Amino acid sequence: MIDARGLSCPMPVLMVQREVKKNAPQLLEVLVDNMTAVGNITRFAASQHYTVKTEQVDGEYKMTLTK
Amino acid sequence: MENEKKGFAGFVQRNWLVILTGLVVGAAAVVLTALGNPKNMGFCIACFERDIAGALKFHTAGVVQYFRPEIVGLVLGSMIMALIKKEWKPQGGSSPFTRFLLGMLVMIGALVFLGCPLRMVIRIGGGDVNALVGLLGFIVGIVIGTFPLRFGFSLNRAYKQNALEGLLFPILLVILFVLSLLPELFARSEKGPGSMHAPWYAALLIALLVGALCQRSRLCMAGGVRDVVLFKDFHLIYGFLAIIISVVVGNLITHNFKFGLTEQPIAHTDGVFNFLGMVLVGWGSVLLGGCPLRQLILAGEGNSDSAITVFGFIAGAAVSHNFGLASSADGIGAGPVLWVLIAGFVILAAVSVFNTKRRA
Repeated sequence: MIDARGLSCPMPVLMVQREVKKNAPQLLEVLVDNMTAVGNITRFAASQHYTVKTEQVDGEYKMTLTK
Repeated sequence: MENEKKGFAGFVQRNWLVILTGLVVGAAAVVLTALGNPKNMGFCIACFERDIAGALKFHTAGVVQYFRPEIVGLVLGSMIMALIKKEWKPQGGSSPFTRFLLGMLVMIGALVFLGCPLRMVIRIGGGDVNALVGLLGFIVGIVIGTFPLRFGFSLNRAYKQNALEGLLFPILLVILFVLSLLPELFARSEKGPGSMHAPWYAALLIALLVGALCQRSRLCMAGGVRDVVLFKDFHLIYGFLAIIISVVVGNLITHNFKFGLTEQPIAHTDGVFNFLGMVLVGWGSVLLGGCPLRQLILAGEGNSDSAITVFGFIAGAAVSHNFGLASSADGIGAGPVLWVLIAGFVILAAVSVFNTKRRA
């Protein structure tokens, strides 16, 4: 699980990029707190052929990336 | 993403909003110029905040003093849209003083070049070749800034704050705007760029629309180049290109397009300083997580770190004009411009290094 809440642009998507490059996980969960990060991570995940599911919980977003 | 389309339909689906925003921003700049704003300065965040600093008498450069309603409109447009979309969120506490200082430096760099990244793009659309030199500096600055990002740079987390923390900045802007309508309270230029302005209601309305669109599309000049460098993601840069296209077309229609280096409106031809000024802007903007326009939009969304950054911009503008660092159409300022730029680079390097936790 990557917790990228409260981090400015583009730290959340960079953390995801780092994890994908290092471990190429089949499943990756990411917690963010703004829609800009959701959009950035969704675009990056799509470019890496991940499927993205986003759930909103109490003003935060839990993203699940699967391959 | 659900229902992802392929080919051109997919391109339109992914990018239409940022392209539309870019086209509207460009058109807004042309229209505001036609309504009275200075040429190639229909929309310039740095220039407008510099004018506000002058209106509030933080500096006394008589030609650049006017309380620009565009800044108020951008913040309120973003705030209203964020409230409608339930994205308004008061938060702050991510290295506020560092952000203030970075804001000052970005503004000092922008006033050496004579424009924020948005005006740089608008100047390119007006045919000003000096702005291409600035663009080169901006790209170099962003590339430098991406190195600390790759190694784990962060100004640390922002945390949820109470509603007032997120509301204070927009409320303050509204109060100042109302006060600016009173005669003789704030300074107002009688000549120079500060004396040229669209009617306040037109400026406010157009900026409200632009602010709302920027909130939805996340348009960011620094983010555009940065995302290409870091992720080969061209999404935001399409907005950047849309502004140029829109401004070129608008300028051709209004007979304001003039290609060349010399005699460009409110610009100088000192290539070295145009370049260095924008390196500072690019690098600083990457560390801040967004260009000056984006900071206003984030401040509207309730981010008090961005509100502090905007005050950093205003303080930077005051320093620039009080100590001869700001350029004019005649060339660079009479103050120690080169030394301040060097000091700025040293500070950016220190901020980059001390906030980076090297990760394997």
